[in-house]
Amino acid sequence: MATYDGLFDTLGLRDWCDTDASDGPMSMADLMARTQGGDEAGTTALRDLPFPSLDALHDACNAIPQTRDLTSGLETGFLGIRDALRVVVDPLTQPLSWALENTLWVMTETPWWIMIPLLLLATWAVGRSWKIVGFVAAILAGLAFVDHYEVAMQTLAIIFVCAFICVLFGVPIGIAMSRSDRLQNVVTPILDLLQTLPPFVYLIPLIFLFSVTEPKLYGIAVILYAIVPVVRLTNLGIRLVDADVIEAADAFGMTKSQKLFGVQIPLALPNIMAGVNQTIMMSLAMVVIASMVSAPGLGILVLRGIRNLELGVGLVAGLGIVVLAIALDRVTKASLARIDASQANR
Amino acid sequence: MTDKTVKVSIRHLYKIFGSDPQAALTRVRDGMSKAELLDKTSHVLGLNDINVDMHEGRITVIMGLSGSGKSTLIRHLNRLIEPTAGEILVNGEDILSWNEQRLRKLRRESMSMVFQKFALLPHRTVLENAGMAMATRGKSRRDYEAEARKWLDRVGLSGQDDQYPHQLSGGMQQRVGIARALTSNADIMLMDEAFSALDPLIRTDMQDLLLELQEELHKTIVFITHDLDEALKLADHLVILKDGAVVQQGEPQEILLNPSDPYIEDFVADINRARVLRARSIMTDRPPQGEIAGDVAPTDNLESVIAQAEGALDRTYRVTRGDEALGYVGMADVMQALVRRPSGYTAS
Ligand SMILES: Nc1ncnc2c1ncn2[C@@H]1O[C@H](COP(=O)(O)OP(=O)(O)OP(=O)(O)O)[C@@H](O)[C@H]1O
Ligand SMILES: [Mg+2]
Repeated sequence: MATYDGLFDTLGLRDWCDTDASDGPMSMADLMARTQGGDEAGTTALRDLPFPSLDALHDACNAIPQTRDLTSGLETGFLGIRDALRVVVDPLTQPLSWALENTLWVMTETPWWIMIPLLLLATWAVGRSWKIVGFVAAILAGLAFVDHYEVAMQTLAIIFVCAFICVLFGVPIGIAMSRSDRLQNVVTPILDLLQTLPPFVYLIPLIFLFSVTEPKLYGIAVILYAIVPVVRLTNLGIRLVDADVIEAADAFGMTKSQKLFGVQIPLALPNIMAGVNQTIMMSLAMVVIASMVSAPGLGILVLRGIRNLELGVGLVAGLGIVVLAIALDRVTKASLARIDASQANR
Repeated sequence: MTDKTVKVSIRHLYKIFGSDPQAALTRVRDGMSKAELLDKTSHVLGLNDINVDMHEGRITVIMGLSGSGKSTLIRHLNRLIEPTAGEILVNGEDILSWNEQRLRKLRRESMSMVFQKFALLPHRTVLENAGMAMATRGKSRRDYEAEARKWLDRVGLSGQDDQYPHQLSGGMQQRVGIARALTSNADIMLMDEAFSALDPLIRTDMQDLLLELQEELHKTIVFITHDLDEALKLADHLVILKDGAVVQQGEPQEILLNPSDPYIEDFVADINRARVLRARSIMTDRPPQGEIAGDVAPTDNLESVIAQAEGALDRTYRVTRGDEALGYVGMADVMQALVRRPSGYTAS
């Protein structure tokens, strides 16, 4: 006897309820009730009145599904479209797997005495500051000294690939958004969603879609999570370009593309670079979480620290992530400062 | 004055801002005022039946208080703003019927613009800014460099080629703005309050520079200002706007002597008439009875005529250009011109 029996009786739905009263598997609540046994008086104190949830209603009426039918329904539904989805998504994302595999291979197989100078050269090219180069050199040397060189390179490789792809797609999306209010209204909620979803949640559908051994699994997770700031700030940066300057460009007869590449993008560059900086930092954060789905790198060690209670391993790897984050932040900020200095107009 | 050809002509131009300008237009044509339109339909009447002819090689000044529609009007000339109704003829052709390519060609080659807030490209050097119009046409830096440098020198900015705009003062930035307009070699120049952001001394300098350049270049200039002194100094033709409509237009001296409206009387009330009025504006044809005390040029202002007369009130001067006598100015006429004529209006 369940609480809501009376409800269905008075509504005259008893027949409907019992028609397909297949004895489905018992729910947890049923089991609990059975084990506690006893007082099936049918009169529940008002204090104990259960919320009319799916499970509570199911007790009274078999035709109403249980909550676990809902979740398993979702699951089977997803599995049902999985194959169709894979046919489309798999080839589209295959290049991502290749890019990740190859970059990982190059960055770990290249001897350290070539790789480290190359990275420092890149640092110089981006930041143009010996101080930053020295700082990065110290960090890389430190990581290598405690034998974390290879995992650090793996983490960097993943970040480079993912951040590059974020910029590759994020900047054009941001530009398109800045040109159309309608598109902005459509994309902004999606960006909000991507930004507020807890990172773990990204992984759930992806695990179903791809096999865990495929690098694109974590690649997609990182990209989805990290692409948001570069899109947002590109859009914002272009919208913030001084209307007077745009008017001057129009008055002198610039075409749309002359305006975009000659005026809007250069003037939005500080904002776009701030977005790139954020994107890199967010990919670093996600790369650690993505270790749960086989992303190599420092995150693996952190996970090992947690799983095996190896305090030292976890802490050193965690610190490694922190110093990498600082290094990446400094380098991108230095390039940002360089751009700002060349147009200190605001 | 020789009547030069009309370069730009505005015919029955209306501009109404709002969601349904056509419906509002009907009401305006039926005589609804700007305030009433805003009140009843929340549409803003930007321009109301504007008719102006701008002559080749002349400076047309459009003057009015803030919000009178000056910026809106000048932006119609290169269609930065689309009108609600009317025609805009450039060299006799209605540019409203032009497609995008033709319009772009017009903006690139025959109209240049100078802005109140300079609107230079902050990430380009002075030289690149000056060459912006030619670069937009697809010329490489090597091709426009000489031309841009020539005009930068001409506006007094030699040797600053590689500076960025933010490294220059406001006055210097506006010189770049003018050099940019001149480098485009367009024969029409639109200037929207080009000197309003500058301090008074620099402003006078820039006005002198503009007049000096105009002396040799004879561009068709449309100049916007809210300052009567500036308007009188620069204008060959003066258009006075109020609430989006033209209240009076004509030769500036003529407007000063015969204001047609209390609004304009208020405007001209505070002006130093002795400095602004010129001999040619008040001279008469008939030779005087007495003897001629001397010659004055038609462009001499009354201040210099009074100075020449050393304060004496009974003299008469002949106005001459070269050897030709144009007319005569008696000191009595001068004195009368200095006070406002009693008119039919009561200026409050
Ligand atoms: N995009 C717009 N939408 C609605 N109203 C507008 C718009 N642009 C201008 N207006 C209105 O048109 C009128 C004329 O504006 P305009 O900018 O031409 O004035 P102005 O004479 O240039 O003034 P100022 O001296 O302050 O520059 C004003 O009442 C203004 O509110
Ligand atoms: Mg204005």
